[in-house]
Amino acid sequence: MAGILRRVFAFRTWLAIAGGVLPVSLVIIFGFLVIYAWPAIGFNGLDFLTQNGWDPGDNYSSPVMLRGVMASPGAHFGVLFLIVGTLCSVILAVAIAYPFGVAAAVFLAEIVPGAIRSFVSFFVELLAAVPSVVFGLWGIGVISAFPDKAGVTAFQHVCNWIVATPPFEWIPFVGGDPGNGYGLLAAGVILAFMIVPLITSTVRDALIAQPAALREASVALGARRFETIVKVLLPSVRPVTIGATILATGRALGETMAVLMVCGNALGVLPKNLFAPISTMASFIASQLDSAGADTSGLVVKSLAEVAIILGLMSLVVNTGARVLLAMQTASQRERT
Amino acid sequence: MTVVQTTPSGGAPFKPQGGRQTNSLLMLRRNVGEWVGWAWAAFAFLGLALIMVLILAWVCQTGLGALKPAVFTEPSSKGNGGLLNAIEGTLVISLGALLIATPFGMAAGIYASEFKTTIWASVIRFLSDILVGVPSIVMGYVGYVIMVVTLGWKQSVLAACVTLGVISLPYVCRTTELALRQVPMNLREAGFAIGGGDATVILRVVLPSALPGVMTGILLALSISVGETAPLIYTAGYSNYMWDGKLFNSPIGYLTGAIWNLYNDQTTPGAAQLAYAAAFLVTMLVLGINIIARVILRGQQAARA
Repeated sequence: MAGILRRVFAFRTWLAIAGGVLPVSLVIIFGFLVIYAWPAIGFNGLDFLTQNGWDPGDNYSSPVMLRGVMASPGAHFGVLFLIVGTLCSVILAVAIAYPFGVAAAVFLAEIVPGAIRSFVSFFVELLAAVPSVVFGLWGIGVISAFPDKAGVTAFQHVCNWIVATPPFEWIPFVGGDPGNGYGLLAAGVILAFMIVPLITSTVRDALIAQPAALREASVALGARRFETIVKVLLPSVRPVTIGATILATGRALGETMAVLMVCGNALGVLPKNLFAPISTMASFIASQLDSAGADTSGLVVKSLAEVAIILGLMSLVVNTGARVLLAMQTASQRERT
Repeated sequence: MTVVQTTPSGGAPFKPQGGRQTNSLLMLRRNVGEWVGWAWAAFAFLGLALIMVLILAWVCQTGLGALKPAVFTEPSSKGNGGLLNAIEGTLVISLGALLIATPFGMAAGIYASEFKTTIWASVIRFLSDILVGVPSIVMGYVGYVIMVVTLGWKQSVLAACVTLGVISLPYVCRTTELALRQVPMNLREAGFAIGGGDATVILRVVLPSALPGVMTGILLALSISVGETAPLIYTAGYSNYMWDGKLFNSPIGYLTGAIWNLYNDQTTPGAAQLAYAAAFLVTMLVLGINIIARVILRGQQAARA
């Protein structure tokens, strides 16, 4: 008996230990990042969040003691432009993806017959499977494709048209310099394509799972099918919609390659309008590999780690919020049935 | 929605105001709303599907034009002609990541499902949700800071595999957990009733009947490993030469990296063609894996029904 017990216990223990690699790695990731970035956090202070400019200092002189840390002379780091760039591109992406994603979900749940639904949905869901770097390459292809005789490309024509059209030029941040195609608008649009499947498939499943009684009650009151959707079904899946949108926001926050390839890589300046070049935190970390390696004081690597911490914390908050919302909805649905 | 009309407080008999005209206007508005709504839904879906088709068509068009036998037979170092090094690297890195993610991810998933009431199970579940949300570039950077810089592995195959493995962990864990939860309790009870212990019941009864679901998770992890770039730039580096078989101190090429290199270096002749070919190969690989995963899942659902 004791032998059996011991064996049972042993298997479970080993399982718990092997399964523990996952939680432990997460703790290591954040713990190590904070410890590693600690000197940079002290060096950069609060200016890191409120100032613009990324100056690794003079690599050719030997590092000097600055504010208690070894740094190249003239080193100064402020990443406000990254935070603004990240937020702008993510907000733009969600603003585009939300109406499209929910509408496509309505189409898939209400119009497409159940037998071919999963096949038809595949077309939208595949968007999530396309590798980020392929999206970026396609983005470059589209932005720099089909130039006319003056060398202006199709995407730039769209930007020029938006800037020059009367109703748009009055909207703040839309008028002004249409740029060269690489910038906030391109990043936002590409991001929207990448996150839309997440919204669509989650909302579609939630719509399908709604009890038939809800629909019947609405129709019995004389509502049309679309009125039923807008006024009864969509409100009843609202927590799911919001949860999925926040999850999509989290994904957009962390998207790197596609954004990096079309965002124009602004350094130290805030975007003036929709077409201005930006950088996001994720894309910036990826683009600074060379400068990180060149810095002899190691402060650039540590400051990048600080950017990674900010980015990680932002997605942590966003994801936890979304999970809580989705869990609440599942719980309340379980209560109802 | 029609407006509910109440009689005025004077007590006069109810008289519908406006009569037929208002009614038909209202109907018109409702009709228009209905049509606009459906049109928007159809437009949104067709627009997204069109984008997907456009991307696929673009990838195929540029990629097929760039495909030549040398792509599969020569490394990039030889006159910038082939991608053999990148294909080899993608296989090595993804399989390595899978070797790390599968056992640990499955263990975590099994624990979260079979001992779901324990605190450790909810810790695993919660943290795996968090881990999914950590941006891959952050994971790549942490891998760089820990393995490449602090442990001194330099840019290496092992650093890349560990980073990608940790990224895939939560996917394997969650799909394993969900698949195991679908296994009916009766099966476990039957297993315990004939004297099986935890290990026997889980390994011989529960896991085999949840295998298609678990396989889907592993395939999902594989497709993520194949398609990722951001975590590899810092950990794997890039190399135009074939892998020298070393786990440490030697950068390795990979398909997504070939695309990324084009972005960095648009002057080398032939780089663009290689990038298009690599994009085609990566996209087809990822799509293929996704389709196989779907077929497995659907076969299982059909068998259940």
